[in-house]
Amino acid sequence: MRKINTEIIERKIYEAALHAGINVTDSCRAAMQDAFKAETNPTAAFALKTLLSNADVAREKAMPVCQDTGMAVVMLEIGQEVFLEGKPLADAVNDGVKKAYADGYFRKSVCDPITRVNTGDNTPAVLHTEITKGDKIKLTFMPKGFGSENMSRLYMLKPSQGAQGIIDAITETVKLAGSRPCPPVYVGVGIGGTFDGCAHLAKKALTRDVGQYNPREEIAFIECAALEKINALDIGCQGFHGKTTALGVACEWAPTHIAGLPVAVNIQCHCIRCVKAEI
Amino acid sequence: MKNLQLPLTEKDVKNLRAGESVTLSGTVLTARDCAHKRIAEMIKKGESLPFDLKGAVIYYAGPCPAKPNSPSGSCGPTTSARMDAFAPSLLDLGLGAIIGKGEMSDDVREAIKRNASVYFAAIGGAGALYGNAIKKSECIAFEDLLSEAVYKLEVENFPAVVAYDCNGGSIY
Repeated sequence: MRKINTEIIERKIYEAALHAGINVTDSCRAAMQDAFKAETNPTAAFALKTLLSNADVAREKAMPVCQDTGMAVVMLEIGQEVFLEGKPLADAVNDGVKKAYADGYFRKSVCDPITRVNTGDNTPAVLHTEITKGDKIKLTFMPKGFGSENMSRLYMLKPSQGAQGIIDAITETVKLAGSRPCPPVYVGVGIGGTFDGCAHLAKKALTRDVGQYNPREEIAFIECAALEKINALDIGCQGFHGKTTALGVACEWAPTHIAGLPVAVNIQCHCIRCVKAEI
Repeated sequence: MKNLQLPLTEKDVKNLRAGESVTLSGTVLTARDCAHKRIAEMIKKGESLPFDLKGAVIYYAGPCPAKPNSPSGSCGPTTSARMDAFAPSLLDLGLGAIIGKGEMSDDVREAIKRNASVYFAAIGGAGALYGNAIKKSECIAFEDLLSEAVYKLEVENFPAVVAYDCNGGSIY
């Protein structure tokens, strides 16, 4: 058994949140650079160039890369040989988020769903925990902006619709979103499981580096086929038309019921912010 | 690229075409979801607004807090479509121009045409860059709404693209 004080988790969350608010991931930056090099539409190229310089300005001045510093999504994979001590885990996570959003001068974007009164400190975070083997904790911090989150969809397809139905659902979601979610988008897809399970898989898919494919061939095929269809939509950067509407499609899957084929499509804007750490 | 001074003149607006890249300098007012809801309620009750709408430029944005000795935090545009229900009536009341991101409804596009106004798309996600283009920021209404309050901003060389022009043209 390995004892870990939740104060360590709090500190790691704090560091991850501060870094994530300011920096897009390396794979995101590389994909945006590729999109800029390939773009022939002048307005889309102008927008892509503006976004690349924005990422530089954010890093140089330690400013949030996007003012929507998001709702804090935290995924913890906790080894079953870990014994947590100290303050309750959720409190540690929220305290880390609270401090990072204050110290980083990040926007506090969390509010009551009915009264719309702001909680004032960007908490609570959305916390997912999973018990895994071993004695370590794997931490993923992803601030999720809502311009893109709002454009996400969930389909309960018929089993007979198969891979083609999944590809069509992914493409339809991006098409309906149009210029609104800040394209070029990154598309996280959950396939299978239950209604809630596939939504969680879609979010998990977004933590994967852009350009990496699912190791299972049938799933990687869906990723490639959907990306090709999406980039033929001519929505382009910011909806200004052009070659790149999506930087990538990442799918995760799980077995499902004989009667169903749940598919969740979670849209991420081009500001892909995700930090991973291990304790 | 055209460098435009805000507020725009009638001639400026007439010469703008959808798809054109521009930079904007001058005064803009931020307002997003909650502020629009309040503005709409005040108009409905016949109350006077805390700012003059005539010729004003509304920027759909909610900034990050400013660091000490800095005029503004990051401040890029938010999705305009959420303001679809409010924009036509504000345009009819004299709103000069809108800055936001993404498509808006056909009703908004018609209201832009009807009022010889213009809708600019700022580059969504370029929050740091826009934050640095803000030289002065002052909260002028609904302070309790925090980032959703109305801020009067002095901006310099804001990059944008004409999304809807006064002839009904659209980039989308």
